[in-house]
Parts: sequence; C-alpha cells; structure tokens
Amino acid sequence: MRKVDLLIIGGGSAGMAAAIKAYDEGIKDILILEKGEFLGGILNQCIHNGFGLHEFKEELTGPEFLTRFVNQVEERHIPYKLNSYVTSLTKDKVVTYVNSSEGAVQIEAKAIIMAAGCLERSAGAIGIPGERPAGVITAGQAQLYLNEYGYLVGKKVFILGSGDIGLIMARRMTLEGAKVLGVAELMPYSNGLNRNIQQCLIDFNIPLYLSHTVTNIIGKDKLEAIEISKVDDKLQPIKGTEQRFDVDTLMLSVGLLPNNALLNNIGIPQSRSRGSCVNEHMETEVEGIFSCGNVLHVHDLVDYVVEEGRLAGLGASIYLKGNLHKGEHEISTVAGDGIGYVVPSTIDLDNAMDSIEIKFRVRKPSKNVYIEYSCDGNVIKKVYKMAIIPSEMEIYKLDKKLLNKDYKTLKVSLVNKEDVK
Amino acid sequence: MFDVIVIGAGVSGAFVTRNLSRYELNVICLEAKNDVGDVSSMANSAIVHSGYDPLPGTNKAKFNVLGNKMYPSICKELDVSFSPIGSMTLGFNEENMATLASLKERAKENGVEAILLDKEETLKLEPNISSSVMGSLLCPTAGIINPFTLVAHCFENALDNGAKLELNCKVTSIKKEDGIYVLETTKGIYKAKMVINCAGLYADKIASMVEPIDWHISPRKGEYYVLDHFKPDFVNHVLFPLPTEKGKGILVTRTTSNNYLVGPSSEFVDSKDDTSTDSLTLGEVKKSAVSMVPSIPFYEQIRTFSGLRATPSTHDFVISYSKNDKYFINVAGIESPGLASSPAIGKYVVEELVKPVLNMKEKANFNPNIKPYIKMNDLSIEERNQIIKKNPKYGQMICNCEKISLGEIEDVLSRSLPCLTIKAVKKRTRAGFGKCQGGFCQSKVLFLLADKLNISPLEVNYDGEGSYILKEESK
Repeated sequence: MRKVDLLIIGGGSAGMAAAIKAYDEGIKDILILEKGEFLGGILNQCIHNGFGLHEFKEELTGPEFLTRFVNQVEERHIPYKLNSYVTSLTKDKVVTYVNSSEGAVQIEAKAIIMAAGCLERSAGAIGIPGERPAGVITAGQAQLYLNEYGYLVGKKVFILGSGDIGLIMARRMTLEGAKVLGVAELMPYSNGLNRNIQQCLIDFNIPLYLSHTVTNIIGKDKLEAIEISKVDDKLQPIKGTEQRFDVDTLMLSVGLLPNNALLNNIGIPQSRSRGSCVNEHMETEVEGIFSCGNVLHVHDLVDYVVEEGRLAGLGASIYLKGNLHKGEHEISTVAGDGIGYVVPSTIDLDNAMDSIEIKFRVRKPSKNVYIEYSCDGNVIKKVYKMAIIPSEMEIYKLDKKLLNKDYKTLKVSLVNKEDVK
Repeated sequence: MFDVIVIGAGVSGAFVTRNLSRYELNVICLEAKNDVGDVSSMANSAIVHSGYDPLPGTNKAKFNVLGNKMYPSICKELDVSFSPIGSMTLGFNEENMATLASLKERAKENGVEAILLDKEETLKLEPNISSSVMGSLLCPTAGIINPFTLVAHCFENALDNGAKLELNCKVTSIKKEDGIYVLETTKGIYKAKMVINCAGLYADKIASMVEPIDWHISPRKGEYYVLDHFKPDFVNHVLFPLPTEKGKGILVTRTTSNNYLVGPSSEFVDSKDDTSTDSLTLGEVKKSAVSMVPSIPFYEQIRTFSGLRATPSTHDFVISYSKNDKYFINVAGIESPGLASSPAIGKYVVEELVKPVLNMKEKANFNPNIKPYIKMNDLSIEERNQIIKKNPKYGQMICNCEKISLGEIEDVLSRSLPCLTIKAVKKRTRAGFGKCQGGFCQSKVLFLLADKLNISPLEVNYDGEGSYILKEESK
C-alpha cells in the first residue's frame, strides 16, 4: 500500500494553509486530495471581494485570494491530486480515494488533516412547509450557476435567511437584472456581516424582514409564489401576518453545516459546532487525525480559516516529529450561558502553547456584556464587550498561565454587565 | 393499433406492463407525467409489508401475502435493493398487548409468520425503542425496498421485452368504436382491443370515462421526514405502532440506502395534486415517532415530503373487469399495502383477467432479467479498479454525498427507459438524495442531461414539464 506522512483531505483554503505550514515546519511528504477540478474549493465561485483583509491587509476576490495560496503550494512543490474524492477512511488512517486515472486507491497516512469544508442547509433540512417545486434553491447553488456557468436561476427572487451568501447573491442577482423582492430572517437580527447588510441590501433598497419566515411554498412543478409570516418570540409563525410574494425563485441562505461525514462515520465525537471534537492542536480523539476550517466549525471569514489551517498544519508536524503525546492534564471546554459552541473541545495543558486560541459564537446579539472564562466554577478571566453578535466568530487568546493543572473544565459564558459583582 | 393499453406508469402499471411483455402482444403504457413512478409510487414508506394485518379474505390480504413472497426473486431479476429486515409492531400497555395477541391470530389466518416478543426480547432487538415498551409482534418477512428503481427497472425490463411507453401522455377521453377502444390523449389518438386502468389517484376518473361507477378514489396524504444515514444500526426493523382504522400508523424505519424514514401522517385532502407538507402535521409525526423511539436525532433531517394514497371508497383494492366489458379492467384503489401487493396484482391481472379474454401466446425469448447496474459503493477496491480501468467515468465522482459516479449516471441515461429530468436521474441513481440535496451535484447533472438529450440547459426540467432550473443566460 502507498504510504504518505501527511494526507490532507480538501484543497480549499484550510487544506492549502495546513499543507504550507506543515511543509514549512519540515514535513515534506504531503499529499492534498481535492475533489474539484481546481485547488481553492468554494472560493472559486466567490467572485465578489472582501477576502484577505486580515491575511494580506487588502481586499481581494475569492479567486485572487486562493491564487496566492495556490502559488505558495506550487512554489513548495507540495503534491496534490485534483478530481480525487475520498470515499472512506479508517481510524488506522488508511484513506480510500477514487479518481478516473488511478481508480480506487488506498493510501496509508501517518497523519491526516480533515479540511473538507462545509455544505449549505437545504430546503429539506429546514422542512419549509408547502410544495417542493423547482425554483427553491440554495444561495451557493445559485452562485455556482451564475458565476461558473453563466446562467441566472430566477428573475423574481425572494431570499430566506440573511446569511452572507444570500446577501451577496441579492446584490449579484440585482446587478444581473433580477428583481429581489426581499429577505426574510427568522431571528430578530441579521445573521450576515454588517458590511454585507449595508452594501448588498440597503444600497439596493432590498427590504429585510426580521422575525419573519417562509410559511408556504406555492407551485406544483415550478415555484409561483411564497408566503412569509411574522414569528413570535418562540419563533412560531403568527396567524394573520401572512404576506404573499409572486416569485420564480426562493433562494435559501439558512446556514452552513460542516461536511464531516468521513470523521462522523468512524465514530469521532461531534462538538456542538457539528464538526469533530478537537484539542488545542486541532487533533481529534484519534491520534494523528486533525480537523480545521469549515469542516470543524463554520467561520465568518476565510482569513480565520487559513489561520486555523496553519494551526492544524503545525499540530500535524509536531505529531509527525513525535512530539505530540497525550498529556496528563486535560481540560474540557463548555459552552455556557449565551454561547453556541466552543472550539477547541479540550485543552491538553501539557502540550498547549503559551497562548491558547478559544473560538466561539454567541447565541444572540448582546451589548454591554462580559465574556466570562471560568474553570470548575472559578472565574479566571472576564473580557468586556461593548457589542457582540452571532454572525461574527469570536477569537480569544487565553493565557495558559491562567489555567491550573487541577482544572477539569473551562466554561465560556456571556454575562450581563449588571449581573457581574 | 395495440392489443393492450395500460394507463398509468406507477408500480401497478409497471408490473401489469411487465407481465404483459411476457406474451406476444402489442402493449403500450401511457403515463401523464414525464417519468414513471412519479406519484404515489415514489412517495411512500418503501415497505414490503408482511401482510399480517389486512382483514383475512380481502384483496389486500391475498395480494400482499402473495406479493411479499415474490419480492426476493423479482428484486434479483430487476436488480433492485431489497432487504427483508422484518417489522415489529410495538405494544406499550396491557390493552396493546391484547391487541397484538389478536393480530398474531390474524397473521396466522393470513398465512404470515408472526412472533410475540416480550419486553426484554423487544429491547434486545431494538435497544433504541422507548423503555416503556411492553412487547412487540415480530413479522420476519416484512422488508424494505428501493421503490424508485423498482418501478424504473420493471419498466426497463418490459421495454427490453418489447412493450412501449409514452410519457407526457394524459388520457382525456375513452370511447369504444366497433369493438375497439379509442383513447384521446394529449399526444393524439391511441387504439387498442383492451384497456387496463392503473391510473392511481385518477383511476376513478378513467373508469368513469367508460361507464358509471359506484366507487371513488380519495387522496389521503402522508407526510414524512427523511434523515441522513448517520448511523447504520439505529433501528434494525420497520417499527410500527398498533394499526388503527387510519392505517398502519407512523413508522420508523431505515431505508435500503441506510437513511431513516419517519412517517406517514394520514389525512384526507381535497386535491389529488396536493403534496404539500405543513409544520403542524409534521410536528404530530415527530411526536408520535419520539414516543416509540425517543432518541431519534431530528437534527439529521435532510428532507420532508408527502405522498398521496389512492384510497378507494370500497376499503379494498378494486381489481376486476368493468361491469359491462371484459376488455376494460380496473386496477384501482391500490393504497397500502400496494407496493407489497403489486407483483401479485400484475401476475393476477395478466393471467387471470387478460388471458381468458385475449388470445395470447408466451414469448419464447422473454428475458426476466435486466442488465445489472454497476453500483460502485457495493464493490471492493479491486472490482472498482477493474471497472474504472475499462471506463474512467466510473472514477469521476458526481454526487459527493451518495458517492455516485459519472459512469453510473451515464448508464441510466443509456438504457431503454427514458430518463429525462434531474428528478428522474435522482430516483434512478440517488445523485442528489444526500445531505446537500443536490447543492453540489445538481449543476453537473443538469449540464449532462442537456448534453445527452441534446437540449439547451434552459430546457432541462427538474421534475414536471416546465420545471426549469435555469431561467436565462447571464449578461
């Protein structure tokens, strides 16, 4: 069987960043497996700008951003295979992939980095009431048809969900001559970045219906109309508030899910982010299997994806050099009040670097609050936040010195300022 | 002119047409939709029931039990996934247990194996059932089947054996002139000596084109959840609550593709076209399912859907000659257990109703087998390699979630049975059935269809006529 030191599943931004970092740390026997025709993953279809502000201190389009990483991969001659799809892997790190030139291939890796990205929640996943005609499509799919193939999926569009791809597509389709009648958002606040609300909706006079959802899809074979309703504070539709929009397209931007079936299938525990549980080095409970990027938890910015990719690349290189042993002092993280999830799931104090990146999202927008870090009931750190919103992933670099070897848990909670004594 | 016209390409039409194709007859099946098995036959529980619960002596009991026995060999001939995993009907109190005991007697009368299990035995077989279960009735002969390929492969086999199929062909009137049936359709006039009405929800409408009838078909809706294949052995049997007058109740089962299916509800609706779902009904489905299997992970939901049962006012299948003419046969009201019964119905209709009327001779060269499909997921590494070496397209992944290759999709597009829509490709191959629901692969299937059908991408239908995905080229 073929062998490789480091196998990376997915040649998008996370996978490329991981590969580059591992290479620079001295790991030369690397293979990236990418299912698509090109490296870069979903960035290939993101022709809008806004990428790279943190990474390169300038605003790039998706293809420009990815090209800079592809160039770094090429400069290092890191091997990759395109159109190569991983069908399964085992806990012993035997990976099976398939492509048309080699067939079905088994390869044994010393370490694996999972970087397979995410997928969009579909109409079926959220079970929108009504019929199931053509014309109900996810925003990413509409983006693919438009940006890669040059076809418009609709002329009269309504959007459900205020996620960023939906907002970007509202602007994109308007510029292509489609009429976007509105965006409905179930929550009382938007789920997109503020800059996208401004640049994609407000600048184009597209109304945003907060606390609204689609309550009926009308049309047997093709979409004829949708009905939206206001929802109450339990998110249940309120009778009598229905509004009908005659549209040919309902575009969904209702969230992304880690595309993590491969690791779920071998029984690696899932975190609340729907990705795998990992430690501070992005390593799962199976030694030598790492995870990073949107397959681990959905990020708001690609800049943070590549940072996390590098962290996994570093972790894998330390592991491959034989220096990453499970320690004696493990702390589990807990998502406390007001927190959706926390990455990493565990911190191995014997291995952790001096500064530990804690990433999380809050459940709802809040103002004038503290983020409280407490270990086994003892508050070790409080960070004041004037404003904090769910659409932005929070990253906090926690000083390792604050963690005591006896601690078992680290809870991240949102605390109102007046509740703090 | 045809010897026999079959109206309706659902599962009963499929087995009737296939059985007719065994004989030296000129046969055509007319279907109003643009694909076979596109109404009730694709939106159901995908269960081959054992036949333990229909009232003894009814058509339902007779054909279900016979059909169930035919499935293993038919699925071999037609290369359809079928797995006799058995069903368990669960009892949660003393009264339920008494009912299960009487159902066991009914099963015996129907000639169906049924075993009463106590609490411990039940939980041993199905550890995820609610611990408040008191016992169950196990019917080992019940099974799960892929209903999409069942209908498609049945028609493919009929077509390979000389039968014909006309899609998008809705029958609008039927007359008998000089002993010949003349059917007006949306695709012109069709004539035949004999007509077999397998028109599903519209079988009453078709039957009444010929004579006044004293029965009718009412659409009864069932709504379902589909869950992703998150775990292979979450439930191992088809799990039923006790049957009621509304049907077999809300079941929890795995499917042949290792997804999980939860449903159906049961509600009469006004329109024979209404396959909408609604939150209230699905909420009830969820509640009922959770009372049997508390830990169902509904966050693994990938789709909701509903189907319509063709419920007859007679409460039993209508399978007989029309009142005045043996050359017109009704196969109507084939609601549950219709899928399980259909192979036996097809055989009965052709051998017991058609044969005595038409002069027919068996074909010497009838081939009951279709050319097997290559299913890459079921093969070893070596087998996959051999196939990819011969045709590299089997190494090119189209559907990531379900791992379906270009080779497998091109195969269905090259068969005798037309495959005209994205939904038809989905039903035949499972491309688009997975967690992303076609988010990644639909575009690839769309452009492939445009290419193979030699049409513009703007003309590719998702499902019914006019259900285009793309509206215009961008600027």
